[in-house]
Amino acid sequence: MDYMIETSDITKKYDDFTAVDSVNLKIPRDSVFGVLGPNGAGKTTLISMLCTILSPTSGTAVVNGYDVVKNSKEVRASIGIVFQSRALDDMLTGREHLQMHASLYGVPTNIRKQRIEEVLDLIALGDKADQFTKTYSGGMKRRLEIGRGLIHHPKVLILDEPTLGLDPQTRENIWGYISKLNKAEDITVLMTTHYMDEADKLCDRIAIINHGQIIKEDSPLNLKRELKADTITIQVDEQDKFIKEAEKLDFVKKIFVEESNIKLMVERGENLIATLVDFANKNGIMVKSIEVKHPNLEDVFLNYTGTTIADRGE
Amino acid sequence: MAELEGIYIIWLREAKRYTRARSRIFTSVVTPLLWLIIFGYGLGSALKFVTITGGYKAFIFPGIIGQTILFTAIFTGVSVIVDRQYGFLKEIMVAPISRPSIVFGKALGISTAALIQGVILLFLSFVVGVTMTPVIFVLSFLLMIPISVGLAGVGLLIASVTDSLEGFNLIMSFVVLPMFLLSGALFPVTGLPSILQGAVYLDPLTYGVDVLRHIILGYGAIPIYIDVIVIIVFAMVMILAAAFMFSWREQELM
Repeated sequence: MDYMIETSDITKKYDDFTAVDSVNLKIPRDSVFGVLGPNGAGKTTLISMLCTILSPTSGTAVVNGYDVVKNSKEVRASIGIVFQSRALDDMLTGREHLQMHASLYGVPTNIRKQRIEEVLDLIALGDKADQFTKTYSGGMKRRLEIGRGLIHHPKVLILDEPTLGLDPQTRENIWGYISKLNKAEDITVLMTTHYMDEADKLCDRIAIINHGQIIKEDSPLNLKRELKADTITIQVDEQDKFIKEAEKLDFVKKIFVEESNIKLMVERGENLIATLVDFANKNGIMVKSIEVKHPNLEDVFLNYTGTTIADRGE
Repeated sequence: MAELEGIYIIWLREAKRYTRARSRIFTSVVTPLLWLIIFGYGLGSALKFVTITGGYKAFIFPGIIGQTILFTAIFTGVSVIVDRQYGFLKEIMVAPISRPSIVFGKALGISTAALIQGVILLFLSFVVGVTMTPVIFVLSFLLMIPISVGLAGVGLLIASVTDSLEGFNLIMSFVVLPMFLLSGALFPVTGLPSILQGAVYLDPLTYGVDVLRHIILGYGAIPIYIDVIVIIVFAMVMILAAAFMFSWREQELM
């Protein structure tokens, strides 16, 4: 496998507090990789070390083949970054931001104009491009920042909480742009988030970070599958009889009853629907409705950290 | 080449910010005019400067140019702190461009603002009855360059070690105001008590004001070649010190 970013025991300590603790990550080329964790888990510190803003206390990382400490300039040229906090100048227009960025990153002058148009097209800033950014909405500012990070054809785009503070509709919109550019631009995306749905929807792989340590790393699907806890919700005409019989089935781990709903905890629930319907028919019970629910990342996170992400607060 | 372009684009942004903030240009012209008119005429009519041709208002004219350059340069230096608070400095610092280039670009941008202010004042010399010739104008302009660059360096140096605007205000009162008052902008520096005299000669702005007085009014307290050497060395030292601070405090600034 070809990796765009590899960290080896990368660590950042502040006095007696360890913000990032011996993290080893391998981020595949062209993937969308998510670092998921509550606030204060060390996500931003990790990212800051990868984009050379902070130097590691120990350990190191290689980005696009360059060491973040020894070849920081080459690393900077390889990445585009969108910071968690806004980094725009109110008194410049959107296009001027892109021009400035192109100059700072040494985009050749002959292709600069065309590249700016391409990016404006991608982020759909359109007719607002020549207005001051103080007139932009939150979503437009974020799109401009993402577009700016792309101007110099970086190998890696780093997004730190890309949809923090945006309304749900704008978030969906930004997600759309991120998946679109990952396909259009031959680029590896590394993003941090504390939104479960965001990580689930966008990322090919997720690393769960807590107290500066990576607890688990896998694809969202595998993470959820590993919990082995699908829920099958079933409604039948003879509830008590069904429960009595179902308790004998060895693939059923637990049964809960919520009014007319019977909830069965199982593994790989989608393969068991036919079996359950057959089983009910054999016992002369009629199935009114049946539904499988996969665990969400929130359940996964709860399982690995012992808390829900919302509990942790700001 | 890439570094030169980086310097250029950072300068361009500063220049755009300056020219777009019209109210700032307006106030920074009005303030020195108030000094010249109220202070110059007011105090000038109470004091009899027998030895000075053109009177007190003419005497303080080069001083007020120096003051305007000083205040513009230092206040524009604040922009680095504002950039830091808005996260824009991060965007520049994370670019593949050297820290000294960032400082040079910023310093040139700040100096441009200060020079524009200075030039506007040169055009207003008639207010205090000072004659302006093309030669005086060009020489004054050329000498204002190292003065502006040096003071821009001071502004950047202060900004690089200050985390907030509150801290900057503190340095304003302890650095900027004494620099202005001790520079001889408002009074002749010869014949002062010796302790004050020492402080005056330690103030780099003294040499800037003195050299402008030489050019514009034809007299000064210090030999002109010393003035010129001091302001040029001062500019170089301040810029290098700011460049060093930006490299050294790189992590804190981002």
